[in-house]
Amino acid sequence: MKSLGNIRREFAPWNKPDAKPYIQFKNVTKRFGDFTAVNNLSLSIYEREFFALLGASGCGKSTLLRMLAGFEEPTSGQILLDGQDLRGIPPYRRPVNMMFQSYALFPHMTVEQNIAFGLKQDGMPKAEIEQRVTDMLKLVKLGQFAKRKPHQLSGGQRQRVALARAVAKRPKVLLLDEPLGALDKKLREETQFELMDLQQTLGLTFVVVTHDQEEAMTMADRIAILDKGEVMQVATPAEVYEAPGSRFVADFVGNINMFEGKVADRDSSGATITSANGVTIRTANAGDAAAGSEVAFAIRPEKIKVSSKKPENGDNVMEGEIYDIAYLGDMTIFHVQLGNGQVVKASSLNATRATEDPLSWDDKAWISFRNDAGVVLTR
Amino acid sequence: MNSSWSRFNITAIVLGFAFLYLPIVLLVIFSFNESKLVTVWGGFSTKWYVSLFHNQGLMDAAWVTIRVGLISATMATVLGTLAALALTRYTRFRGRVLFSGMVFAPLVMPEVITGLSLLLLFVAVGLDRGFFTLTLAHITFSMCFVAVVVQSRLVTFDRSLEEAAMDLGAPPVKTFFQITLPVILPAIISGWMLAFTLSIDDLVISSFTSGPGATTLPMKIYSQVRLGVTPEINAACTILIAIVACGVIAASLVNKRREVQRLRDEQAAQRG
Ligand SMILES: Nc1ncnc2c1ncn2[C@@H]1O[C@H](COP(=O)(O)OP(=O)(O)OP(=O)(O)O)[C@@H](O)[C@H]1O
Ligand SMILES: [Mg+2]
Repeated sequence: MKSLGNIRREFAPWNKPDAKPYIQFKNVTKRFGDFTAVNNLSLSIYEREFFALLGASGCGKSTLLRMLAGFEEPTSGQILLDGQDLRGIPPYRRPVNMMFQSYALFPHMTVEQNIAFGLKQDGMPKAEIEQRVTDMLKLVKLGQFAKRKPHQLSGGQRQRVALARAVAKRPKVLLLDEPLGALDKKLREETQFELMDLQQTLGLTFVVVTHDQEEAMTMADRIAILDKGEVMQVATPAEVYEAPGSRFVADFVGNINMFEGKVADRDSSGATITSANGVTIRTANAGDAAAGSEVAFAIRPEKIKVSSKKPENGDNVMEGEIYDIAYLGDMTIFHVQLGNGQVVKASSLNATRATEDPLSWDDKAWISFRNDAGVVLTR
Repeated sequence: MNSSWSRFNITAIVLGFAFLYLPIVLLVIFSFNESKLVTVWGGFSTKWYVSLFHNQGLMDAAWVTIRVGLISATMATVLGTLAALALTRYTRFRGRVLFSGMVFAPLVMPEVITGLSLLLLFVAVGLDRGFFTLTLAHITFSMCFVAVVVQSRLVTFDRSLEEAAMDLGAPPVKTFFQITLPVILPAIISGWMLAFTLSIDDLVISSFTSGPGATTLPMKIYSQVRLGVTPEINAACTILIAIVACGVIAASLVNKRREVQRLRDEQAAQRG
C-alpha cells in the first residue's frame, strides 16, 4: 500500500497540460457597494485537490467560498464547476457543501438529526440515512454523542459534527471556512491530519480557507495567497516557501530577510547584487532579473549560518555583531547586526543540548550562506 | 458591596410592595367577604364565587373575552411574525423606515385614538359592530407587540443557520419551516401570550369597537362597577388574577428549569 505522502507526491494535475480544472474562477469580481472585495480573480482547482486559500483578514477568502457555495453572486466574471457555469444556480442545487466558520449547527436538533438533515433533503430512504449517519458518527468519533444537542458538546466536538454534516452528502466539493479556528493547538494538529485522511479516503475536492500559514502548508496540495481580493501566487507549499513569486508572498509566508538593491552583474551562472545599504551578494538563482534592474534578494533565516569565527569558505560571508537572541527550544534565532546597520535573522537548530560555539549578546559574529540559498524577487 | 438589610432598604421594599399590591390584596380579601357591603368585613365566605357562576351575564362576557383573546392572539401572532420577518430580512426595500414606523406606531398611540379611528372605519365601510369588529380591532393593536417581540429575536438570529440548511439542499420555504421557525418559536410563543393578555384586559378599544352581544369581561365589570361594586365582581377579578398569576409563574418556572438544564449541559460538555 502506498503511504499518504507518496500518493500526494504523485498528485500534480496542475502540471499536466491536458488536465481539466474542476473548479474555475474566470475574471471574477465582487463588489459590495463601491467596495471591491474580490478583484478580477482567476483560479483553477483540480479534482481531488486539497486547495488552501491563505491571506490576511478581510482579503476576500470567505467571499470567494460564499460565491462558490451560492450565497453571493459575482458582480462580474464566471465560476465554473466541472465545466458548468454556476451563475443563477441557488445554493440548494449546487453539488457543493460548506463547513461554516461558526459551525452553524441547528440548535434544536440532535447531533444525529443535524447530520441527517442534508440526506433527508435528497429523499434518501430511511434505512440508508441511518446507515450513513452511523458511518459519519464513527468517522468523526462521536458515536456516543448521537443524541446530544449542539449546546451539550464542547467546541471541538461541535466542529466535528459540522464536518460530519457537511461531508455526509458526499459532495463533489467541500468548502471549509477556517474549520479549525476554534481549536487549541494540539487538537488542531490532530484534526489537520484527520481532515487530510478524510479527503483521501472519500476522494473529495477540498477548498479550505485559513489564515494560519502553517495549517495551509501542512494540509494543502496547493496554496493560493490572496491580498486585497487578488491572487498573489498559486503554488505548492514548498514552492511558496522556497520560491516566492513576489516580495509580498515572501514576506507573508514565514520569516525572511530582504536586501533591496540592484543587479550589478548578470551572467549565465547567476548574478551579483549590490544592496542599497552597501552589501554585495552573489547568487546562483537570479531568475529573469536583468542587469541593472531593481530587485530584492530574499533569504530564509534557516539558510544562514552564524559562527563566531570567520568561515574559511562560503559564497557570501558578512561580519556583524549579535544584536538579539531568541531561544525557542527546538531552535535559536540570532539577530545579527551587519556593519551597515541592517539586522539579519539567522536560525540554527539546537541539535545538541550544548553547542561548542556559544554566542552571546554583543559578540562579534559571522554570517554566511551559499549562493543557491536565496531568491531574487523582481516584483 | 454592602448588601445587608439596612432599615432604609426594608422600608423602601415594604412601601413599594404595599403600593403595588395593597389594592389587589384588598380586592382578594373582600371577595371572600360574607357581607354584601364591599367595605365592611362580615366574616369569611365563598358564596360570591358560587353566585358568580350563576350570573349568566358575567359568564357570557367571560366566554366572549376568551374567544376574542384566542382568535386575535393567534391572528396577531401570524401577522406580527410576518411583519417582523419583513423588517429584519428585507432591509433595503423602499419605504422601510416608513413601514417600520407604521408597524410600531400603535405601541405609543393613545388607545382612545386607535379605538375611535377603528370605529370610524367600521362605520364607514358599513360593518355591523359585534364580535367580528371586536376581534379585528384586537388583532390590529396586538399585532405590533408581537412584531416587536419577534423582531428582537430575529435581530440576534444567526443567518448562517439558514445558509447551512440551504447549502444542505433545503429550499427557502423548507428552510423557514424546519430551521427558522423552530429556532424563533419561543419568541413567537411569548408574543402570542403577550397578545392574549393584552386582548383579555383591553377596555378602551373594546368599548369603541364592540357591539350588542359582544361584551367582554372588562367591559361588563366596568359597567357594573359604575352601579356600585359588588362582591361578585371582586370574586371575578380574583379568579382573573389567579389565572394570570398561574400563567406567569408557570412560564417563569419553565424558563428557569430550561436555563438550569442548559447550564448543567454546558458544564458537562466542558468536562468532555
Ligand atoms: N455583505 C457584505 N457587505 C459589505 N462588505 C462585505 C460584505 N461581506 C464582506 N464584505 C467585505 O469584504 C471584505 C472581504 O470579506 P471576507 O469575509 O471575504 O474576508 P475574509 O478574507 O474571509 O476575512 P477573515 O479572515 O477575517 O474571515 C471585507 O473587507 C468585508 O468587510
Ligand atoms: Mg472569513
